Amino acid sequence: MRHIVSILLENESGALSRVSGLFSARGYNIESLTVAPTEDASLSRMTIVTTGSDDVIEQITKQLNKLVDVVKVVDLSEAPHIERELMLIKVRATGKDREEMKRMADIFRGRIIDVTESTYTIELTGSGDKLDAFIEALDRAAILETVRTGASGIARGERVLKV
Amino acid sequence: MPSAARLTKVGADRNLHSFRQIFNHFAKPEQRELGMEITGAEIVVKCLQAEGVEYVFGYPGGAVLFIYDELFKQDKIKHVLVRHEQGAAHAADGYSRSSQKTGVCLVTSGPGVTNAVTGIATAYMDSIPMVVLTGQVPTPAIGQDAFQEVDAVGITRPCVKHNFLVKDVKDLAPTIKKAFFLARSGRPGPVLVDIPKDVTTAKCEFLYPDVVPMRSYNPVTKGHPGQVKKAAQLLMEAQRPMIYAGGGVVLADAAAGLVRLAKLVGFPVTNTLMGLGAYPGTDAQFLGMLGMHGTYEANMAMQHCDVLLAVGARFDDRVIGNPAHFGSVPRKIIHVDIDPSSISKRVKVDVPIVGNVADVLDELIRQLEPLVSRIDQKALKSWWAQIELWKARDCLRYDRASPIIKPQFVIEKLYEVTKGDAFVTSDVGQHQMWAAQFYKFAKPRRWINSGGLGTMGFGLPAAMGVQLANPGATVVCVTGEASFMMCTQELSTCRQYRLPIKIVNLNNRYMGMVRQWQQFFHGNRYSESYMDALPDFVKLAEAYGHIGMRIEKPAEVEPALREAFKRTDDLVLLDFLTDQTENVYPMVPGGKGMSEMILAEEL
Repeated sequence: MRHIVSILLENESGALSRVSGLFSARGYNIESLTVAPTEDASLSRMTIVTTGSDDVIEQITKQLNKLVDVVKVVDLSEAPHIERELMLIKVRATGKDREEMKRMADIFRGRIIDVTESTYTIELTGSGDKLDAFIEALDRAAILETVRTGASGIARGERVLKV
Repeated sequence: MPSAARLTKVGADRNLHSFRQIFNHFAKPEQRELGMEITGAEIVVKCLQAEGVEYVFGYPGGAVLFIYDELFKQDKIKHVLVRHEQGAAHAADGYSRSSQKTGVCLVTSGPGVTNAVTGIATAYMDSIPMVVLTGQVPTPAIGQDAFQEVDAVGITRPCVKHNFLVKDVKDLAPTIKKAFFLARSGRPGPVLVDIPKDVTTAKCEFLYPDVVPMRSYNPVTKGHPGQVKKAAQLLMEAQRPMIYAGGGVVLADAAAGLVRLAKLVGFPVTNTLMGLGAYPGTDAQFLGMLGMHGTYEANMAMQHCDVLLAVGARFDDRVIGNPAHFGSVPRKIIHVDIDPSSISKRVKVDVPIVGNVADVLDELIRQLEPLVSRIDQKALKSWWAQIELWKARDCLRYDRASPIIKPQFVIEKLYEVTKGDAFVTSDVGQHQMWAAQFYKFAKPRRWINSGGLGTMGFGLPAAMGVQLANPGATVVCVTGEASFMMCTQELSTCRQYRLPIKIVNLNNRYMGMVRQWQQFFHGNRYSESYMDALPDFVKLAEAYGHIGMRIEKPAEVEPALREAFKRTDDLVLLDFLTDQTENVYPMVPGGKGMSEMILAEEL
């Protein structure tokens, strides 16, 4: 099953490699991993999307907690939560396709953030599924380049992950 | 130290104005050097002194020269010069295992670190507290493929509890403090501190903190009282109870608690390879070691019990074999461990208790005391009767009339001659299993072996650490010729420091355990397991300035051992030419269940 795990860890050099090394050493999956410092610069917040049976997810959580640099771990999938991912996609936009591309971006509530005579760069935010759907909706030949951040997640309501 | 007299003196002394001066006045002398800048190398040595470190096991090299210079200038810390960095790590490890102290090793950058990795991983797998200080190329050279540069933090990351690269001399003392704290708290383990050469020459004030707060590291101690209560009730309902204790009991110094608990309830006890000595090997409630080469009675009781109390053990593959087979028999499991990730990792448990094993055992005993009258004595009696039947199989039987020396016989005689009171280190293989089966350890921290990683070459250097931690004690290294040759160079260290270790070499001219597996599972094809062109071990010992003895007949075994142990000041290498065909029984083949043992009689 797919899980989204949020980790608060010390913003130390090497902390990321401890986490990624743990996943590779123990054979856990990483579908995506995002990390950046929080409002407290001494802490980083990491979101990992992983898959595994309940036993595996339990081990992942425990093993993450065991890392000395890790302050807190939460499996966001256990409760209502919000996930967002950002995608930048560069598409061919010439002739009649140019108007079509603009319409498509509007439908998906994307924004065109860079324009040339023959291309658009579109910024799109949403769940991973929505980004997938956008890609599906486009003519493959029109896609020049995509870059996705992987999911970031946060719990709904009053629940917070904080020191 | 700040006594009343001292306080008056401070108050009276007008010259003491600043906090710094007052601190300097009060702090233990080894913990402060404020108002004065000293080098990183001095700081390293002062930190070790403040930790009360007696011995540093190490090997000098370019990146650590300034640290070695500071070691030279003082005499509180004694340095033990090994002959290979692997030996330094094993010696520090053996020092930790056989005492309640933290072993320290110091090696240079590059090959110094990579040579030590086997020893670090050995300590990591067995949760042994150890602090490893490694030199590193100067910070501006890091990442430039400099001479003797390796990414020490990267290389060792998967085999340490934690590691640090110190980039600023101001971080040096707090980092070393953290290293010692991390190494011995919670689930212990090796911690590495990588120190670039320029950090050892940079200067700052020295203050060794008493505590280093770490918001991300708060190991539990006390177990949850509600869980302990559940455990107590479950134990009282047992018809066929069993206590399974591992290395965690030794590490937590909880052996006394384990004995009290077992005596209170009268349940059978088994120890893992790492747990030997946690429960006295001669006690009537002890069923011997369990696992791949465990006794028939221990494995059968483990498999068929209905309530299992697992303490400081982790149900690893060499213990329970196939987890599905183990799980096919219904039983309730209580699992006490300091590390939550050890619980429900390989086997689902019913009552997990996360906590320090010693504290949890004390609490469990307290809760059990008023309940013991509820034990179903009739059921327990018939359970013991069943166990006696299993014991009657006499699974450790071997041919005592053999004209060739049987390795088991050597260990039995070793036990007799040392009166069961020696510190015994071992290497890895058949000899290790025979030592574990036939030497009945009465006390914890007496059996020193590489259980998790299975490191051949561990025995001799570990014995050096053991001997230094326990001066005057009898220290034996039980080894085989193949393992022994992996770290033979340390015979030279033993000579330099006059370490009177007794080496029992069970020499069967084979990598015995490899040969055994090849016999059982590879159609007797002994691929590369025969050791041709072995040295003359007697001459080898003599070459290093020690005494060597060769023993070829069973009748010579005991006299030779007596002769060797009489020489309390000398290292004696006893080369026993043992039966080449002997196998370790019982044996649970890989992937099988723990009750599916091959016994000697079946072949």
